[in-house]
Amino acid sequence: MAEIEDLEVKSKSIRLNILKMLNKAGSGHTGGSLGMADVFTALYFGDILKRNNENIQESDRFILSNGHICPVWYSALAEAGYIPKEELLSIRKLGSRLQGHPANHNLPIVEISTGSLGQGVCAAVGLALGYKLDKKDHKVFVCLGDGEMEEGSVWEALMAAAHHKLNNLIAFVDRNMLQQGGKTEEMMSLNSLKEKIKAFNWTAIEADGHNFKEILEAFEKAKNNKERPSFIIFNTHMGQGVSFILDDFKWHGVAPDDEQLEKALKEIQGS
Amino acid sequence: MYNLNNETKKATRDGFGSALVKLGEKNQKVVALAAGAGDSTRAFKFKEKFPERFIEVGIAEQNMIGIAAGLALAGKLPFPSTFAAFLPGRCYDQIRQSVCYSDLNVKLVSSHAGITVGADGATHQMMEDIAMLRATPNLTIIVPCDALETEKAVFAVAEMIGPTYIRCGREKTPVFTLEDTPFEIGKSVILRRGNDATIIACGLMVYYSLIASETLEKEGISVRVINMHTIKPIDREAILKAASETGAIITAEEHQINGGLGSAVAEVLVENNPVPMQRIGMKDCFGESGKPSQLLEKYQMNDKAIIQAVKEVTKRKSL
Repeated sequence: MAEIEDLEVKSKSIRLNILKMLNKAGSGHTGGSLGMADVFTALYFGDILKRNNENIQESDRFILSNGHICPVWYSALAEAGYIPKEELLSIRKLGSRLQGHPANHNLPIVEISTGSLGQGVCAAVGLALGYKLDKKDHKVFVCLGDGEMEEGSVWEALMAAAHHKLNNLIAFVDRNMLQQGGKTEEMMSLNSLKEKIKAFNWTAIEADGHNFKEILEAFEKAKNNKERPSFIIFNTHMGQGVSFILDDFKWHGVAPDDEQLEKALKEIQGS
Repeated sequence: MYNLNNETKKATRDGFGSALVKLGEKNQKVVALAAGAGDSTRAFKFKEKFPERFIEVGIAEQNMIGIAAGLALAGKLPFPSTFAAFLPGRCYDQIRQSVCYSDLNVKLVSSHAGITVGADGATHQMMEDIAMLRATPNLTIIVPCDALETEKAVFAVAEMIGPTYIRCGREKTPVFTLEDTPFEIGKSVILRRGNDATIIACGLMVYYSLIASETLEKEGISVRVINMHTIKPIDREAILKAASETGAIITAEEHQINGGLGSAVAEVLVENNPVPMQRIGMKDCFGESGKPSQLLEKYQMNDKAIIQAVKEVTKRKSL
Protein backbone atom coordinates (compact mmCIF):
# COMPACT_ATOMS: atom_id res chain seq x y z
CA MET A 1 0.00 0.00 0.00
CA ALA A 2 1.15 3.51 -0.82
CA GLU A 3 2.59 5.65 1.95
CA ILE A 4 -0.06 8.02 3.26
CA GLU A 5 2.47 10.83 3.60
CA ASP A 6 3.37 10.61 -0.07
CA LEU A 7 -0.28 10.77 -0.98
CA GLU A 8 -0.74 13.84 1.16
CA VAL A 9 2.09 15.60 -0.66
CA LYS A 10 0.60 14.61 -4.00
CA SER A 11 -2.92 15.76 -3.18
CA LYS A 12 -1.58 19.10 -2.00
CA SER A 13 0.15 19.49 -5.33
CA ILE A 14 -3.05 18.54 -7.20
CA ARG A 15 -5.01 21.15 -5.25
CA LEU A 16 -2.44 23.83 -6.05
CA ASN A 17 -2.64 22.94 -9.73
CA ILE A 18 -6.44 23.16 -9.71
CA LEU A 19 -6.42 26.62 -8.20
CA LYS A 20 -3.72 27.94 -10.51
CA MET A 21 -5.25 26.56 -13.68
CA LEU A 22 -8.75 27.80 -12.93
CA ASN A 23 -7.47 31.21 -11.91
CA LYS A 24 -5.65 31.40 -15.23
CA ALA A 25 -8.77 30.25 -17.09
CA GLY A 26 -10.98 32.75 -15.29
CA SER A 27 -13.78 30.21 -15.04
CA GLY A 28 -14.39 26.58 -14.14
CA HIS A 29 -15.47 24.25 -11.38
CA THR A 30 -13.31 24.84 -8.34
CA GLY A 31 -15.35 23.44 -5.45
CA GLY A 32 -15.94 19.89 -6.65
CA SER A 33 -12.43 19.61 -8.06
CA LEU A 34 -10.81 20.50 -4.72
CA GLY A 35 -13.22 18.17 -2.94
CA MET A 36 -12.18 15.14 -4.98
CA ALA A 37 -8.43 15.78 -4.90
CA ASP A 38 -7.80 13.12 -2.27
CA VAL A 39 -9.85 10.46 -4.03
CA PHE A 40 -8.11 11.14 -7.36
CA THR A 41 -4.74 11.05 -5.64
CA ALA A 42 -5.56 7.62 -4.24
CA LEU A 43 -6.88 6.43 -7.60
CA TYR A 44 -3.72 7.38 -9.51
CA PHE A 45 -1.02 7.09 -6.84
CA GLY A 46 -2.45 4.54 -4.43
CA ASP A 47 -1.94 1.58 -6.75
CA ILE A 48 -5.67 1.38 -7.48
CA LEU A 49 -6.15 2.06 -11.21
CA LYS A 50 -3.90 -0.31 -13.19
CA ARG A 51 -3.43 1.36 -16.49
CA ASN A 52 -1.75 -0.54 -19.33
CA ASN A 53 -0.78 2.12 -21.82
CA GLU A 54 0.67 -0.40 -24.26
CA ASN A 55 -2.63 -2.17 -24.76
CA ILE A 56 -5.72 -0.33 -23.72
CA GLN A 57 -7.90 -3.43 -24.12
CA GLU A 58 -5.83 -5.14 -21.45
CA SER A 59 -6.12 -2.33 -18.97
CA ASP A 60 -8.23 -0.91 -16.19
CA ARG A 61 -10.26 2.02 -17.49
CA PHE A 62 -11.62 5.23 -16.02
CA ILE A 63 -14.49 7.49 -17.04
CA LEU A 64 -15.33 10.82 -15.42
CA SER A 65 -19.11 10.93 -15.62
CA ASN A 66 -19.39 14.29 -13.87
CA GLY A 67 -17.14 15.86 -16.48
CA HIS A 68 -17.20 19.34 -14.94
CA ILE A 69 -14.71 18.38 -12.22
CA CYS A 70 -12.11 17.67 -14.91
CA PRO A 71 -9.59 20.10 -13.34
CA VAL A 72 -8.91 17.52 -10.64
CA TRP A 73 -8.56 14.80 -13.25
CA TYR A 74 -6.28 16.81 -15.56
CA SER A 75 -4.22 17.76 -12.54
CA ALA A 76 -3.87 14.15 -11.38
CA LEU A 77 -3.02 13.11 -14.95
CA ALA A 78 -0.32 15.77 -15.09
CA GLU A 79 1.13 14.57 -11.79
CA ALA A 80 1.07 11.03 -13.17
CA GLY A 81 2.90 12.11 -16.32
CA TYR A 82 0.09 11.80 -18.86
CA ILE A 83 -0.06 15.52 -19.56
CA PRO A 84 2.87 17.99 -19.36
CA LYS A 85 2.37 20.05 -16.22
CA GLU A 86 2.80 23.32 -18.07
CA GLU A 87 -0.11 22.35 -20.30
CA LEU A 88 -2.48 22.53 -17.32
CA LEU A 89 -2.54 26.31 -17.62
CA SER A 90 -4.06 26.01 -21.09
CA ILE A 91 -7.34 24.66 -19.71
CA ARG A 92 -10.45 26.27 -21.23
CA LYS A 93 -8.33 28.26 -23.71
CA LEU A 94 -8.74 28.24 -27.47
CA GLY A 95 -6.95 25.31 -29.05
CA SER A 96 -6.29 23.51 -25.78
CA ARG A 97 -6.56 19.75 -25.41
CA LEU A 98 -7.91 20.47 -21.95
CA GLN A 99 -11.45 21.43 -22.82
CA GLY A 100 -13.80 22.91 -20.23
CA HIS A 101 -15.40 19.48 -20.08
CA PRO A 102 -13.36 16.40 -21.04
CA ALA A 103 -13.15 15.77 -24.79
CA ASN A 104 -11.58 12.65 -26.22
CA HIS A 105 -10.48 13.75 -29.69
CA ASN A 106 -7.04 15.15 -28.98
CA LEU A 107 -6.35 13.60 -25.61
CA PRO A 108 -6.43 9.78 -25.81
CA ILE A 109 -6.42 9.29 -22.04
CA VAL A 110 -9.91 10.82 -22.09
CA GLU A 111 -11.75 7.97 -23.73
CA ILE A 112 -15.20 9.44 -24.04
CA SER A 113 -16.39 13.02 -23.90
CA THR A 114 -18.48 13.88 -20.86
CA GLY A 115 -20.18 16.92 -19.45
CA SER A 116 -23.85 16.33 -20.04
CA LEU A 117 -24.56 14.36 -16.88
CA GLY A 118 -25.68 10.79 -16.49
CA GLN A 119 -23.89 9.49 -19.57
CA GLY A 120 -20.39 8.44 -18.56
CA VAL A 121 -21.82 5.95 -16.12
CA CYS A 122 -23.81 4.25 -18.92
CA ALA A 123 -20.65 4.01 -21.03
CA ALA A 124 -18.80 2.52 -18.06
CA VAL A 125 -21.47 -0.18 -17.88
CA GLY A 126 -20.97 -0.88 -21.59
CA LEU A 127 -17.21 -1.00 -21.21
CA ALA A 128 -17.43 -3.38 -18.25
CA LEU A 129 -19.90 -5.49 -20.21
CA GLY A 130 -17.56 -5.55 -23.20
CA TYR A 131 -14.77 -6.85 -20.98
CA LYS A 132 -17.10 -9.50 -19.60
CA LEU A 133 -17.98 -10.64 -23.14
CA ASP A 134 -14.26 -11.21 -23.69
CA LYS A 135 -13.88 -12.84 -20.26
CA LYS A 136 -11.46 -10.14 -19.14
CA ASP A 137 -11.27 -9.13 -15.52
CA HIS A 138 -9.92 -5.60 -15.89
CA LYS A 139 -11.72 -3.03 -13.78
CA VAL A 140 -13.76 -0.12 -15.02
CA PHE A 141 -13.90 2.86 -12.67
CA VAL A 142 -16.42 5.64 -13.03
CA CYS A 143 -16.75 8.81 -11.00
CA LEU A 144 -20.14 10.49 -10.48
CA GLY A 145 -21.34 13.58 -8.72
CA ASP A 146 -24.12 13.33 -6.16
CA GLY A 147 -26.12 16.00 -7.99
CA GLU A 148 -25.64 13.95 -11.14
CA MET A 149 -27.54 11.13 -9.49
CA GLU A 150 -30.72 13.11 -10.06
CA GLU A 151 -30.45 12.10 -13.73
CA GLY A 152 -32.72 9.14 -14.49
CA SER A 153 -30.17 7.57 -16.82
CA VAL A 154 -27.86 6.98 -13.83
CA TRP A 155 -30.43 4.64 -12.35
CA GLU A 156 -30.92 2.92 -15.70
CA ALA A 157 -27.20 2.24 -15.68
CA LEU A 158 -27.24 1.02 -12.08
CA MET A 159 -30.05 -1.41 -12.87
CA ALA A 160 -28.25 -2.74 -15.94
CA ALA A 161 -24.92 -3.22 -14.16
CA ALA A 162 -26.50 -5.28 -11.41
CA HIS A 163 -28.60 -7.23 -13.91
CA HIS A 164 -25.49 -8.20 -15.82
CA LYS A 165 -23.55 -8.90 -12.59
CA LEU A 166 -20.70 -6.60 -13.54
CA ASN A 167 -18.31 -7.32 -10.69
CA ASN A 168 -15.59 -5.55 -12.68
CA LEU A 169 -17.37 -2.20 -12.39
CA ILE A 170 -16.54 0.24 -9.61
CA ALA A 171 -18.57 3.43 -9.41
CA PHE A 172 -17.78 6.11 -6.88
CA VAL A 173 -19.69 9.23 -6.02
CA ASP A 174 -18.52 12.59 -4.76
CA ARG A 175 -21.04 12.89 -1.92
CA ASN A 176 -20.50 16.50 -0.95
CA MET A 177 -24.22 17.15 -0.46
CA LEU A 178 -24.02 20.21 -2.71
CA GLN A 179 -24.78 20.98 -6.32
CA GLN A 180 -25.12 24.02 -8.54
CA GLY A 181 -27.83 26.05 -6.91
CA GLY A 182 -27.81 24.61 -3.40
CA LYS A 183 -27.93 21.57 -1.16
CA THR A 184 -28.72 18.26 -2.85
CA GLU A 185 -31.13 17.35 -0.09
CA GLU A 186 -33.09 20.53 -0.63
CA MET A 187 -33.07 20.45 -4.41
CA MET A 188 -33.82 16.73 -4.83
CA SER A 189 -33.10 14.55 -1.89
CA LEU A 190 -31.03 11.41 -2.24
CA ASN A 191 -31.16 10.94 1.53
CA SER A 192 -31.00 7.16 1.79
CA LEU A 193 -28.44 6.85 -0.99
CA LYS A 194 -26.71 3.82 0.52
CA GLU A 195 -30.01 1.98 0.90
CA LYS A 196 -30.99 2.88 -2.64
CA ILE A 197 -27.71 1.48 -3.96
CA LYS A 198 -28.17 -1.73 -1.99
CA ALA A 199 -31.73 -2.04 -3.24
CA PHE A 200 -30.31 -1.86 -6.78
CA ASN A 201 -28.23 -4.97 -5.98
CA TRP A 202 -24.87 -3.25 -5.78
CA THR A 203 -22.39 -3.56 -2.96
CA ALA A 204 -22.47 -0.21 -1.19
CA ILE A 205 -19.29 1.00 0.49
CA GLU A 206 -18.99 4.26 2.42
CA ALA A 207 -15.80 6.11 3.21
CA ASP A 208 -14.45 9.48 4.29
CA GLY A 209 -13.25 10.99 1.01
CA HIS A 210 -10.50 12.92 2.80
CA ASN A 211 -9.02 10.03 4.75
CA PHE A 212 -6.50 8.14 2.62
CA LYS A 213 -6.65 5.01 4.72
CA GLU A 214 -10.40 4.85 4.28
CA ILE A 215 -10.26 5.75 0.59
CA LEU A 216 -7.72 3.04 -0.17
CA GLU A 217 -9.58 0.44 1.86
CA ALA A 218 -12.81 1.28 0.09
CA PHE A 219 -11.19 0.91 -3.35
CA GLU A 220 -9.49 -2.36 -2.35
CA LYS A 221 -12.76 -3.74 -1.03
CA ALA A 222 -14.44 -2.82 -4.29
CA LYS A 223 -11.68 -4.40 -6.37
CA ASN A 224 -11.96 -7.63 -4.43
CA ASN A 225 -15.73 -7.79 -4.74
CA LYS A 226 -16.46 -10.83 -6.89
CA GLU A 227 -20.19 -10.80 -6.30
CA ARG A 228 -21.58 -7.69 -7.88
CA PRO A 229 -20.74 -4.15 -8.96
CA SER A 230 -19.38 -1.89 -6.23
CA PHE A 231 -20.52 1.60 -5.42
CA ILE A 232 -18.41 3.73 -3.14
CA ILE A 233 -19.93 6.73 -1.45
CA PHE A 234 -17.08 9.10 -0.68
CA ASN A 235 -18.26 11.63 1.87
CA THR A 236 -16.44 14.78 0.88
CA HIS A 237 -16.42 18.50 1.35
CA MET A 238 -16.67 20.78 -1.62
CA GLY A 239 -13.64 23.04 -1.62
CA GLN A 240 -11.68 20.90 0.89
CA GLY A 241 -8.40 22.60 1.78
CA VAL A 242 -9.48 26.20 1.32
CA SER A 243 -11.48 27.75 4.17
CA PHE A 244 -13.43 30.28 2.16
CA ILE A 245 -14.45 27.75 -0.49
CA LEU A 246 -15.30 24.93 1.92
CA ASP A 247 -18.88 23.65 1.79
CA ASP A 248 -20.10 26.64 -0.20
CA PHE A 249 -22.18 25.64 -3.22
CA LYS A 250 -21.53 29.05 -4.78
CA TRP A 251 -18.07 27.70 -5.61
CA HIS A 252 -19.57 25.00 -7.83
CA GLY A 253 -18.68 26.81 -11.02
CA VAL A 254 -16.54 29.78 -10.06
CA ALA A 255 -12.78 30.31 -10.40
CA PRO A 256 -10.62 32.15 -7.85
CA ASP A 257 -9.51 35.66 -8.74
CA ASP A 258 -5.90 36.71 -8.15
CA GLU A 259 -6.45 37.75 -4.56
CA GLN A 260 -8.40 34.62 -3.72
CA LEU A 261 -5.76 32.52 -5.44
CA GLU A 262 -2.99 33.96 -3.32
CA LYS A 263 -4.95 33.37 -0.13
CA ALA A 264 -5.91 29.83 -1.17
CA LEU A 265 -2.37 28.84 -2.16
CA LYS A 266 -1.08 30.07 1.18
CA GLU A 267 -3.67 28.04 3.05
CA ILE A 268 -2.80 24.86 1.20
CA GLN A 269 0.95 25.38 1.36
CA GLY A 270 0.70 26.16 5.06
CA SER A 271 -1.44 23.15 5.91
CA MET B 1 -31.25 -1.49 -61.87
CA TYR B 2 -34.69 -2.16 -60.40
CA ASN B 3 -37.81 -4.22 -60.89
CA LEU B 4 -41.20 -2.80 -59.99
CA ASN B 5 -42.90 -6.06 -60.86
CA ASN B 6 -41.24 -8.06 -58.12
CA GLU B 7 -44.09 -9.32 -55.96
CA THR B 8 -41.89 -9.74 -52.88
CA LYS B 9 -42.63 -7.43 -50.00
CA LYS B 10 -40.37 -7.17 -47.02
CA ALA B 11 -39.97 -4.55 -44.32
CA THR B 12 -36.67 -2.71 -44.10
CA ARG B 13 -36.51 -3.75 -40.43
CA ASP B 14 -36.46 -7.36 -41.66
CA GLY B 15 -33.59 -6.50 -43.95
CA PHE B 16 -31.78 -5.15 -40.91
CA GLY B 17 -32.47 -8.29 -38.86
CA SER B 18 -31.29 -10.72 -41.49
CA ALA B 19 -28.23 -8.64 -42.39
CA LEU B 20 -27.18 -8.36 -38.76
CA VAL B 21 -27.19 -12.16 -38.43
CA LYS B 22 -25.07 -12.52 -41.56
CA LEU B 23 -22.71 -9.82 -40.34
CA GLY B 24 -22.50 -11.48 -36.93
CA GLU B 25 -21.36 -14.70 -38.56
CA LYS B 26 -18.50 -12.92 -40.27
CA ASN B 27 -17.54 -10.50 -37.53
CA GLN B 28 -17.19 -11.67 -33.95
CA LYS B 29 -17.06 -8.08 -32.71
CA VAL B 30 -20.68 -7.40 -33.62
CA VAL B 31 -22.92 -6.92 -30.59
CA ALA B 32 -26.66 -6.20 -30.88
CA LEU B 33 -28.53 -4.18 -28.27
CA ALA B 34 -32.26 -3.85 -27.75
CA ALA B 35 -34.39 -1.70 -25.49
CA GLY B 36 -37.42 -3.83 -24.77
CA ALA B 37 -38.56 -4.07 -28.39
CA GLY B 38 -36.07 -6.43 -29.98
CA ASP B 39 -38.86 -8.54 -31.40
CA SER B 40 -40.25 -5.53 -33.25
CA THR B 41 -36.91 -4.21 -34.47
CA ARG B 42 -35.82 -7.73 -35.49
CA ALA B 43 -32.76 -7.55 -33.26
CA PHE B 44 -34.12 -10.82 -31.82
CA LYS B 45 -33.01 -12.51 -35.03
CA PHE B 46 -29.49 -11.88 -33.85
CA LYS B 47 -30.34 -12.99 -30.32
CA GLU B 48 -31.56 -16.36 -31.60
CA LYS B 49 -28.26 -16.97 -33.34
CA PHE B 50 -25.82 -15.27 -30.97
CA PRO B 51 -27.42 -15.00 -27.52
CA GLU B 52 -24.03 -14.29 -25.93
CA ARG B 53 -23.54 -11.23 -28.12
CA PHE B 54 -27.03 -9.85 -27.61
CA ILE B 55 -27.64 -7.31 -24.86
CA GLU B 56 -31.09 -6.47 -23.56
CA VAL B 57 -31.10 -3.14 -21.73
CA GLY B 58 -34.81 -3.00 -20.94
CA ILE B 59 -36.93 0.02 -21.76
CA ALA B 60 -34.03 2.41 -21.25
CA GLU B 61 -32.95 3.97 -24.53
CA GLN B 62 -30.59 6.51 -23.01
CA ASN B 63 -28.70 3.78 -21.23
CA MET B 64 -28.63 1.69 -24.40
CA ILE B 65 -26.74 4.41 -26.26
CA GLY B 66 -24.31 4.87 -23.39
CA ILE B 67 -23.72 1.14 -23.14
CA ALA B 68 -23.16 0.99 -26.89
CA ALA B 69 -20.56 3.76 -26.58
CA GLY B 70 -18.85 1.79 -23.81
CA LEU B 71 -18.89 -1.38 -25.90
CA ALA B 72 -17.19 0.54 -28.69
CA LEU B 73 -14.51 1.57 -26.17
CA ALA B 74 -14.06 -2.13 -25.41
CA GLY B 75 -13.38 -2.75 -29.11
CA LYS B 76 -16.81 -4.09 -30.00
CA LEU B 77 -18.99 -3.17 -32.99
CA PRO B 78 -22.27 -2.29 -31.30
CA PHE B 79 -25.64 -2.03 -33.09
CA PRO B 80 -28.16 -0.45 -30.72
CA SER B 81 -31.65 -0.39 -32.19
CA THR B 82 -35.18 0.50 -31.27
CA PHE B 83 -38.17 2.49 -32.55
CA ALA B 84 -37.20 5.76 -34.21
CA ALA B 85 -39.52 7.63 -31.85
CA PHE B 86 -37.08 6.70 -29.08
CA LEU B 87 -33.86 6.42 -31.07
CA PRO B 88 -33.07 9.24 -31.66
CA GLY B 89 -36.20 10.68 -30.04
CA ARG B 90 -35.54 9.65 -26.46
CA CYS B 91 -31.76 9.64 -26.44
CA TYR B 92 -30.61 12.53 -28.60
CA ASP B 93 -28.32 13.93 -25.91
CA GLN B 94 -26.57 10.56 -25.58
CA ILE B 95 -26.22 10.29 -29.35
CA ARG B 96 -24.80 13.79 -29.50
CA GLN B 97 -22.27 13.57 -26.70
CA SER B 98 -21.43 9.92 -26.08
CA VAL B 99 -21.50 8.86 -29.74
CA CYS B 100 -21.05 11.77 -32.15
CA TYR B 101 -18.94 14.23 -30.17
CA SER B 102 -16.91 11.32 -28.85
CA ASP B 103 -16.76 10.01 -32.43
CA LEU B 104 -17.18 6.39 -31.36
CA ASN B 105 -17.83 3.48 -33.68
CA VAL B 106 -21.50 2.99 -32.82
CA LYS B 107 -23.97 1.80 -35.45
CA LEU B 108 -27.38 3.24 -34.60
CA VAL B 109 -30.41 1.64 -36.23
CA SER B 110 -34.03 2.65 -35.92
CA SER B 111 -37.18 0.86 -36.94
CA HIS B 112 -40.77 2.12 -37.15
CA ALA B 113 -39.74 5.40 -38.73
CA GLY B 114 -42.30 7.32 -40.73
CA ILE B 115 -46.05 7.45 -41.03
CA THR B 116 -46.36 3.87 -42.35
CA VAL B 117 -46.21 2.75 -38.71
CA GLY B 118 -49.93 3.23 -39.21
CA ALA B 119 -52.45 2.26 -36.54
CA ASP B 120 -50.19 2.96 -33.56
CA GLY B 121 -50.66 6.64 -34.27
CA ALA B 122 -48.55 9.77 -34.12
CA THR B 123 -46.65 8.94 -30.92
CA HIS B 124 -44.88 6.16 -32.79
CA GLN B 125 -44.73 7.71 -36.25
CA MET B 126 -41.30 9.31 -36.05
CA MET B 127 -41.02 12.00 -38.70
CA GLU B 128 -38.36 14.24 -37.18
CA ASP B 129 -35.39 11.91 -36.78
CA ILE B 130 -33.47 12.94 -39.89
CA ALA B 131 -33.86 16.61 -39.01
CA MET B 132 -32.58 16.02 -35.48
CA LEU B 133 -29.63 13.99 -36.60
CA ARG B 134 -28.68 15.85 -39.75
CA ALA B 135 -27.55 18.83 -37.68
CA THR B 136 -25.17 16.64 -35.68
CA PRO B 137 -21.50 16.51 -36.75
CA ASN B 138 -19.63 13.23 -37.35
CA LEU B 139 -22.77 11.20 -38.11
CA THR B 140 -23.47 9.37 -41.35
CA ILE B 141 -27.21 9.01 -42.05
CA ILE B 142 -28.67 6.34 -44.32
CA VAL B 143 -32.29 5.85 -45.32
CA PRO B 144 -32.53 2.61 -47.32
CA CYS B 145 -35.31 2.31 -49.90
CA ASP B 146 -36.08 -1.39 -49.45
CA ALA B 147 -35.09 -4.46 -47.46
CA LEU B 148 -32.35 -5.47 -49.87
CA GLU B 149 -30.73 -2.06 -49.75
CA THR B 150 -30.98 -2.16 -45.96
CA GLU B 151 -28.89 -5.32 -45.96
CA LYS B 152 -26.26 -3.62 -48.07
CA ALA B 153 -26.33 -0.61 -45.75
CA VAL B 154 -25.76 -2.75 -42.66
CA PHE B 155 -22.65 -4.28 -44.23
CA ALA B 156 -21.45 -0.89 -45.45
CA VAL B 157 -21.67 0.80 -42.05
CA ALA B 158 -19.78 -2.10 -40.50
CA GLU B 159 -16.96 -1.43 -42.95
CA MET B 160 -16.59 2.23 -42.07
CA ILE B 161 -15.28 3.62 -38.81
CA GLY B 162 -17.42 6.21 -37.06
CA PRO B 163 -20.98 6.84 -35.94
CA THR B 164 -23.77 5.90 -38.34
CA TYR B 165 -27.57 5.87 -38.35
CA ILE B 166 -29.72 3.59 -40.49
CA ARG B 167 -33.43 4.39 -40.65
CA CYS B 168 -35.86 1.49 -41.08
CA GLY B 169 -39.62 1.14 -41.29
CA ARG B 170 -42.18 -1.24 -39.89
CA GLU B 171 -44.39 -1.94 -42.88
CA LYS B 172 -43.72 -4.57 -45.52
CA THR B 173 -42.84 -2.68 -48.68
CA PRO B 174 -41.85 -3.73 -52.19
CA VAL B 175 -38.34 -5.02 -52.73
CA PHE B 176 -37.58 -3.40 -56.07
CA THR B 177 -33.80 -2.99 -56.09
CA LEU B 178 -31.66 -5.88 -57.31
CA GLU B 179 -28.65 -7.67 -55.90
CA ASP B 180 -26.42 -5.80 -58.34
CA THR B 181 -27.96 -2.35 -57.80
CA PRO B 182 -24.95 -0.42 -56.55
CA PHE B 183 -24.76 0.81 -52.99
CA GLU B 184 -21.97 2.99 -51.72
CA ILE B 185 -22.29 5.32 -48.73
CA GLY B 186 -22.50 8.92 -49.89
CA LYS B 187 -23.05 8.02 -53.53
CA SER B 188 -26.62 8.27 -54.77
CA VAL B 189 -27.98 6.02 -57.49
CA ILE B 190 -29.73 7.16 -60.66
CA LEU B 191 -32.44 4.53 -60.96
CA ARG B 192 -34.12 6.07 -63.96
CA ARG B 193 -32.90 8.49 -66.59
CA GLY B 194 -34.86 11.54 -67.63
CA ASN B 195 -34.50 15.14 -68.80
CA ASP B 196 -37.53 17.18 -67.78
CA ALA B 197 -37.17 17.04 -64.01
CA THR B 198 -35.47 15.00 -61.28
CA ILE B 199 -37.07 13.33 -58.31
CA ILE B 200 -34.62 12.90 -55.46
CA ALA B 201 -36.05 10.49 -52.93
CA CYS B 202 -35.14 8.30 -50.00
CA GLY B 203 -36.73 5.35 -48.23
CA LEU B 204 -40.15 4.17 -49.32
CA MET B 205 -40.62 7.29 -51.44
CA VAL B 206 -38.10 5.97 -53.94
CA TYR B 207 -40.61 3.29 -54.88
CA TYR B 208 -43.42 5.81 -55.31
CA SER B 209 -41.10 8.04 -57.32
CA LEU B 210 -40.44 5.23 -59.77
CA ILE B 211 -44.16 4.50 -60.11
CA ALA B 212 -44.77 8.21 -60.65
CA SER B 213 -42.04 8.47 -63.26
CA GLU B 214 -43.54 5.58 -65.25
CA THR B 215 -46.94 7.24 -65.25
CA LEU B 216 -45.40 10.56 -66.26
CA GLU B 217 -43.46 8.89 -69.04
CA LYS B 218 -46.77 7.87 -70.61
CA GLU B 219 -47.83 11.51 -70.50
CA GLY B 220 -44.63 12.52 -72.23
CA ILE B 221 -42.76 13.84 -69.20
CA SER B 222 -39.33 12.33 -68.81
CA VAL B 223 -38.21 12.22 -65.19
CA ARG B 224 -34.92 11.24 -63.64
CA VAL B 225 -35.17 9.34 -60.35
CA ILE B 226 -32.31 9.46 -57.87
CA ASN B 227 -32.19 7.22 -54.84
CA MET B 228 -30.51 9.47 -52.27
CA HIS B 229 -30.01 6.74 -49.68
CA THR B 230 -27.32 8.68 -47.85
CA ILE B 231 -28.68 11.90 -46.40
CA LYS B 232 -25.38 12.80 -44.81
CA PRO B 233 -22.91 13.28 -46.35
CA ILE B 234 -25.24 14.33 -49.18
CA ASP B 235 -24.20 13.63 -52.76
CA ARG B 236 -23.81 17.26 -53.90
CA GLU B 237 -22.43 16.32 -57.27
CA ALA B 238 -25.51 14.29 -58.24
CA ILE B 239 -27.85 17.04 -57.07
CA LEU B 240 -26.06 19.75 -59.04
CA LYS B 241 -25.79 17.57 -62.13
CA ALA B 242 -29.52 16.88 -61.93
CA ALA B 243 -30.26 20.58 -61.51
CA SER B 244 -28.21 21.63 -64.51
CA GLU B 245 -29.33 18.78 -66.74
CA THR B 246 -33.05 18.65 -65.90
CA GLY B 247 -33.68 22.14 -64.50
CA ALA B 248 -36.22 21.15 -61.84
CA ILE B 249 -36.05 19.13 -58.63
CA ILE B 250 -38.67 17.33 -56.58
CA THR B 251 -37.68 15.73 -53.28
CA ALA B 252 -39.72 12.98 -51.64
CA GLU B 253 -39.35 11.56 -48.16
CA GLU B 254 -41.48 9.94 -45.48
CA HIS B 255 -40.41 12.55 -42.96
CA GLN B 256 -41.17 16.13 -41.99
CA ILE B 257 -40.83 18.50 -44.88
CA ASN B 258 -38.54 20.62 -42.68
CA GLY B 259 -35.01 19.58 -41.93
CA GLY B 260 -34.83 16.31 -43.84
CA LEU B 261 -33.81 15.27 -47.33
CA GLY B 262 -35.71 18.14 -48.95
CA SER B 263 -33.89 20.67 -46.83
CA ALA B 264 -30.53 19.05 -47.49
CA VAL B 265 -31.11 19.19 -51.25
CA ALA B 266 -32.43 22.75 -51.05
CA GLU B 267 -29.32 23.87 -49.22
CA VAL B 268 -27.11 22.55 -51.99
CA LEU B 269 -29.26 24.11 -54.71
CA VAL B 270 -29.67 27.51 -53.11
CA GLU B 271 -25.96 28.01 -52.69
CA ASN B 272 -25.05 26.81 -56.16
CA ASN B 273 -27.79 26.62 -58.72
CA PRO B 274 -31.29 27.50 -57.56
CA VAL B 275 -33.75 25.80 -59.87
CA PRO B 276 -37.50 25.36 -59.34
CA MET B 277 -38.00 22.86 -56.54
CA GLN B 278 -40.81 21.25 -54.63
CA ARG B 279 -40.71 19.04 -51.55
CA ILE B 280 -42.90 16.05 -50.77
CA GLY B 281 -43.10 15.16 -47.10
CA MET B 282 -45.08 15.61 -43.91
CA LYS B 283 -46.23 19.22 -43.91
CA ASP B 284 -45.21 20.31 -40.42
CA CYS B 285 -47.90 18.39 -38.58
CA PHE B 286 -48.28 15.16 -36.62
CA GLY B 287 -49.88 12.04 -38.04
CA GLU B 288 -52.73 9.88 -36.73
CA SER B 289 -53.92 6.28 -36.68
CA GLY B 290 -54.85 4.67 -39.97
CA LYS B 291 -53.71 2.19 -42.56
CA PRO B 292 -50.34 3.08 -44.07
CA SER B 293 -51.85 3.51 -47.54
CA GLN B 294 -54.61 5.75 -46.17
CA LEU B 295 -52.09 7.88 -44.32
CA LEU B 296 -49.78 8.22 -47.30
CA GLU B 297 -52.77 9.32 -49.35
CA LYS B 298 -54.14 11.76 -46.78
CA TYR B 299 -50.78 13.35 -46.05
CA GLN B 300 -49.75 13.39 -49.71
CA MET B 301 -46.72 11.18 -49.71
CA ASN B 302 -47.32 8.80 -52.61
CA ASP B 303 -47.01 8.55 -56.39
CA LYS B 304 -50.07 10.74 -56.89
CA ALA B 305 -48.61 13.56 -54.84
CA ILE B 306 -45.27 13.21 -56.59
CA ILE B 307 -46.89 13.37 -60.05
CA GLN B 308 -48.69 16.55 -59.11
CA ALA B 309 -45.50 18.08 -57.77
CA VAL B 310 -43.57 17.21 -60.91
CA LYS B 311 -46.21 18.88 -63.04
CA GLU B 312 -46.23 22.01 -60.93
CA VAL B 313 -42.50 22.34 -60.76
CA THR B 314 -41.97 21.78 -64.48
CA LYS B 315 -44.47 24.57 -65.16
CA ARG B 316 -42.43 26.94 -63.00
CA LYS B 317 -39.37 25.88 -64.91
CA SER B 318 -40.73 27.27 -68.19
CA LEU B 319 -41.66 30.63 -66.69
